[in-house]
Amino acid sequence: MTTEILLAGFGGQGVLFAGKVLAYCALIDGKELSWLPSYGPEMRGGTANCSVCVSDEPIGSPVVTYPDILVAMNQPSYDKFINAVKPSGSVFIDSSLIESKCGRSDISCYYLPSTTLASENALQGGSNMILLGKIIKETKLFTLETVKKAIEKVVPPTKETLIKNNFKAIEIGMSI
Amino acid sequence: MAVVFERPKSLLDVPTHYCPGCTHGIVHRLICEVIDEMNIEGDTIGVVPVGCSVMAYDYFGCDVIEAPHGRAPAVATGVKRANPEKFVFTYQGDGDLAAIGTCETVHSAARGENLVIIFINNTTYGMTGGQMAPTSLPGQITQTTPYGRDVKTAGYPIKMCEMLSTLEGVALAQRVSVDSVPHIREAKKAIRKAFENEKEQRGLSIIEVLSTCPTNWGLTPLESIKRLQDEMIPYYPLGVYKDISGEGAK
Amino acid sequence: MKGNEALAEAAIRAQCRCFFGYPITPQTELAAYMAKRMPKAGGVFLQAESEIAAVNMVLGAASTGKRAMTSSSSPGISLKSEGISYLAACDVPALIVNVQRGGPGLGGIQPSQADYWQATKALGHGDFHVLVFAPASVQEMVDMVSKAFDTAEKYRIPAVLLADGLLGQMMEPVTIPEPSESKCDNSNWAADGHKFKREHHIINSLYLQPDDLEKLVLERFRRYEIVMENETDAELYLTEDCDVLLCAYGASARVAKTAVNSARKLGIKAGLFRPKTLWPFPVKELNKAAETARVLLDVEMSMGQMIDDVKLAINCSKPVYFNGRTGGAVPVPADVLEEIKRLVATGGEL
Repeated sequence: MTTEILLAGFGGQGVLFAGKVLAYCALIDGKELSWLPSYGPEMRGGTANCSVCVSDEPIGSPVVTYPDILVAMNQPSYDKFINAVKPSGSVFIDSSLIESKCGRSDISCYYLPSTTLASENALQGGSNMILLGKIIKETKLFTLETVKKAIEKVVPPTKETLIKNNFKAIEIGMSI
Repeated sequence: MAVVFERPKSLLDVPTHYCPGCTHGIVHRLICEVIDEMNIEGDTIGVVPVGCSVMAYDYFGCDVIEAPHGRAPAVATGVKRANPEKFVFTYQGDGDLAAIGTCETVHSAARGENLVIIFINNTTYGMTGGQMAPTSLPGQITQTTPYGRDVKTAGYPIKMCEMLSTLEGVALAQRVSVDSVPHIREAKKAIRKAFENEKEQRGLSIIEVLSTCPTNWGLTPLESIKRLQDEMIPYYPLGVYKDISGEGAK
Repeated sequence: MKGNEALAEAAIRAQCRCFFGYPITPQTELAAYMAKRMPKAGGVFLQAESEIAAVNMVLGAASTGKRAMTSSSSPGISLKSEGISYLAACDVPALIVNVQRGGPGLGGIQPSQADYWQATKALGHGDFHVLVFAPASVQEMVDMVSKAFDTAEKYRIPAVLLADGLLGQMMEPVTIPEPSESKCDNSNWAADGHKFKREHHIINSLYLQPDDLEKLVLERFRRYEIVMENETDAELYLTEDCDVLLCAYGASARVAKTAVNSARKLGIKAGLFRPKTLWPFPVKELNKAAETARVLLDVEMSMGQMIDDVKLAINCSKPVYFNGRTGGAVPVPADVLEEIKRLVATGGEL
């Protein structure tokens, strides 16, 4: 069983970070995994996406072209990847930034105003984790406990507030 | 009978390939005298260039590494960084140091690498048969400037000591000559100071030695010395261009 | 850890204490990691003024018998080729990492394998080879570093680790080995100061007498023969009964493996030959893998470069087809699978 995840948005939205959290979740659960960022000349503000593969078997190609799970954090990413999602796959959409509604009936679409939710809860930049909370709620890919452990691995211990804020964001995502 | 003059021990007892009247031999000897006086042959690594002195590895008694054309300061940087306790010097001609290797020369100087650079300036590419060098004088006839170096098309000579003396990393930049006994004695003092700088980790020392190339200049050895004195020294004034020890900088 | 960082750490643990580099995407993390770690490990990190200077600093440090390396990406490797030729000619072992990107020219910064010819055939002027290792995972980026240093020192041949932007940038679980010691004694040739205890050592590549030069080159090629005999390495995956044999290295081999697995699920007997050494090319291993195959399919991130060696290795005894992407595009398993299906359907006929 292999789950291919594609996270896509603007640089600075935490796309690579969310991907890293998922990769560490897989590591903690003893799964095979790969994490591959797109990289480009833009350090901030350009498009960024990130492929994460989680599997019980060694990962072949780490490039996710047809994702099981798509996380779309801006309109261009949504437009680019929505039709690539595998049948019976799921899409998690930041509806604060993406106006489109998906016409596909063979996939599950979840619309969350995650950017707005993050601002309302004083969690600027927490949109990525809110979406991640929703993913684990709907797909049961990982447990909340695993995700929390993973966040503690990815965020340096010196930034304790950041860890707490990320936990809070995950919980908001799971509650919706 | 008392021995008053002999070959320095670190200069190997082999015939050199240099042309009659060429001053490479004098400069080799001066370096080896200094190495012997400081008793550092066993801890010295020489880096030799591409050019007439490419085969200097057969003449120096210390370990020697041959560098690609112009890259001696980079090779020497690698040697020195990996072996900071050793003495490292490069021996380079004008084409090697001031044309194809300008980048390596300038940056090793800017980094203040603890190296000694011996720079032989004879205003020509000797080994390839006398083409224009970056230091060829205006009007100088060479194989590639058959009508004389026209600065409008071929540019101006580079004065390396003057240029390098502006860099912070340089400990000593001095131009010397080997055309006469007093100048040869001066040259040896400068080389000694350069190695002392390396010992004291003061930064990069470059000793530019005005030299002759009778074969490619088409002159006899004596005429060559005269050209050096009459034409080169006025264009490339001898002296100390930078000396952080504060002794005798111009 | 990204592949680039893991490789850097592995090099330090393999007792490499000299790194000379110059910034270029997509290998930058490697140099940045070295800048952070080397001083703490008591080693040398130096950002050189150019790729040319960097490889010559490696030449200097390695000539004194120290483990030294540099890393770059395609355009930078072209600049280093002068120095690599000298390393080979002086019989100085060192490691050069190429995290390949799209070319020619400035090309792009996305993963590519278009430097296969350069690495295996002509990494500089003159008659010489370098050892070329081709990792296909972050773990192999790590494992091949000490292997490359050891083999380079054993035969006094420079080694190249030919990775690509995908392997350099990706993260996957990796076990980094405990620090190891170099088993090789370089004291009989290293120019590190003779201390009056031995003859002076000369590191040199100039031999003006043709007979002298020829003698040296012939000696070097006798060493190459031994390397070709003993140092090839390849992974053979599901090749025992294969009908279609895919040939791919590095990141392409991961794509090919996914396609092989998908083909097997469809009942197609596909297999994969993955060379881990590109020079020496694993000729015997390929012939073994190809025993039952009717047709071969070469997959690369280039216009097809390794395919020449594949054809040569099997003496063109079977049809060899090509499927690849170039310019920094990564092949997609689904496309490779389609090609496998087409070959099976047509029996390898065009």
